[in-house]
Amino acid sequence: MKNHLARLLRAKQLDSFLPIVAVLAAFLLGAGMLLLMGANPIIAYRAMFIGAFGNQNALAETIVKAVPLLLIGLGICISFRAKVMNIGAEGQMIVGGLISVAFGLAVDGPGWLGLLLGLLIGFLGGAVWGAIPGILKAYFNVNEILSTVMMNAIAVQLMNYLLGGPLMDPQQAQSLGKLPETARLPEAYHLMRLLPPTRLHAGVWVALVLALVVYVLLFHTTLGYRIRAVGFNPSASRYGGIRVQQQVVIALFLSGAFAGLAGAIQIYGLNYRMITDGSPTGFTGGAGFNGIVTALFGGLHPLGAIPASFFFGALLVGANAMQRVTQVPSSFVTVLNGMVVVFVVSAAIWKDLRERQRRMAAVTQDPKPSIEASPTPSTG
Amino acid sequence: METTPLFSLAVVTGILTAGIRLASPYLFAAIGEMFSQRSGVLNLGVEGQMLMGAFTAFYVTLRTGNPWLGLLAAMLVGVLMGLAMAVVSITWRAVQGISGIGFYIVGMGLSELLFKALLGEVKVINTGFNAIHIPLLANLPVLGEIFFRQNIMTYMAFALVPLAWFVLYKTTLGLKIRAVGENPHAADTLGVNVAQIRYLTVTMGGVLSAIGGAALSIANLNVFQENMTAGMGFIAVALVYFGGWKPFGVLFGALLFSMVMALQIFLQVYRFPIPSEFLIMMPYILTIVVLVLTVGRVRSPSALTRPFVRE
Repeated sequence: MKNHLARLLRAKQLDSFLPIVAVLAAFLLGAGMLLLMGANPIIAYRAMFIGAFGNQNALAETIVKAVPLLLIGLGICISFRAKVMNIGAEGQMIVGGLISVAFGLAVDGPGWLGLLLGLLIGFLGGAVWGAIPGILKAYFNVNEILSTVMMNAIAVQLMNYLLGGPLMDPQQAQSLGKLPETARLPEAYHLMRLLPPTRLHAGVWVALVLALVVYVLLFHTTLGYRIRAVGFNPSASRYGGIRVQQQVVIALFLSGAFAGLAGAIQIYGLNYRMITDGSPTGFTGGAGFNGIVTALFGGLHPLGAIPASFFFGALLVGANAMQRVTQVPSSFVTVLNGMVVVFVVSAAIWKDLRERQRRMAAVTQDPKPSIEASPTPSTG
Repeated sequence: METTPLFSLAVVTGILTAGIRLASPYLFAAIGEMFSQRSGVLNLGVEGQMLMGAFTAFYVTLRTGNPWLGLLAAMLVGVLMGLAMAVVSITWRAVQGISGIGFYIVGMGLSELLFKALLGEVKVINTGFNAIHIPLLANLPVLGEIFFRQNIMTYMAFALVPLAWFVLYKTTLGLKIRAVGENPHAADTLGVNVAQIRYLTVTMGGVLSAIGGAALSIANLNVFQENMTAGMGFIAVALVYFGGWKPFGVLFGALLFSMVMALQIFLQVYRFPIPSEFLIMMPYILTIVVLVLTVGRVRSPSALTRPFVRE
């Protein structure tokens, strides 16, 4: 009986609950912080929950926030699977947004075509911004974490320049002291709203379909196999005839593309113009970083990223409600997100330990090594 | 601006003076990161540690009026953040690139949270570290202004470089650090406690990053703003690569950067006919160019980012 329980607890399936344990740990630490700040954690978390799910509009806002997180998370799944640490989604989203809004404002055409091209151009813009650090890593051996962070800072300045100058709304330009923003896109280019009066837009379908596409790409195509092989073991891949450098560039190209698309959808689906508040995350709302959190929480699996994006979208929307109820600044959620990342990557050691336990158990209990006990590629 | 030509002696002196001063946050953070990387741990949380250091130092100085207490408090916070990173990356063997980003997000969020909760608005202090005139030397023409009328943290930052060199190359500790970063298994066999050495360097890295943040908020600017480091922590990590993991290499890189920063600020002030956004981009573009030019020239510590597991 005891043996059965031990075997059940060692079961591989339980590993997928580790991220949830990690989130619980982060929330527990967060509760301690709330207590220190003189707020009641139960009231704060309850306010967050109601703020994110309490009514139709709250739920719609949660999904609206989840869309860019999911799109960026999908891109991060691709690049992290290739062991390419793309920290540049912020910049890629900005550049995708800039180029798509510039196109939408400059070109007149039939609505559906303009919309389609606008999103496509955003996709490509982000892809190019991602491919630059990809090329630098593949052919010049430049650490991509550093180069993508620098590319973020450059993109922010590019945005501040363009929105404050060449792309600035002509009407805005006359009134001083307003936020930098572009003119409004023509009505015909707007992505459909699904549930007026809420802001839920058709971008959510785009993101969900793409999650399936990325799933198929990663796990059922040669390209996906190559990308994962490079991440799992670059030298073995090279001996196996995979052009490792090429896969690195492709991984960052695709990763950037999804971030760029997220930027374009934020404009064509939500604001109908590009707008910032002068801070680096003024346009993105930090989606570039939170998208990484989303992907990690989803186990770097495109389908896992769907519930993960919903969860973090809820946190972001809930944070504002919490701020109203408890006076704790919404930055609290940023801290929570950071702690989730730390705990999720730390949980990997448990996975290793459990793997070892299973192998030990297999050796001692079972004369033949079972398939279950064979080492599997780690996903972190 | 015809009255003051951009490249007059006064302006050039001004740029160099500012450049020396601006180097100090980079130096503290990058030297700390260098020790951590030399022992085999990539700490990408530097930016978050700097922000927490900057806030803590500023807040304590504002409340007590004593910048030394502010600096001490920042160092304590640095110890805590460094220890947290050490536990996660050494004991729990987490992927260092990602856990570092996690700590960056925590530090950024926490400093913002504390800023909003405790200060609420941007405040200025006048009790930060002031410029200290070194007797006699400060009166030297030109050189006096550039080198000998700086604040105490700038002097400390520059003194740290030879000190770091001495520790790294001339002490047993330094030998152990380098051994642990190059070949932890060999070091382990010889009786060096790998985990202990790495705990020490990562914690020290946290302290130095926090001091770097403090240099910004209570010595150079005397103000705290959300996200005020604006990527300096990441540039500091890049400087370690650029400097070839050597103290004087890091010094050279830090000076190059801070001089470009100073030049950029002066060009803005003198309304140079380039949009300021492009001037602000300069250090970031330079980082990328410099990484392209230097990577591959020097070999990184062999065990960098590899957790140690005794076989």
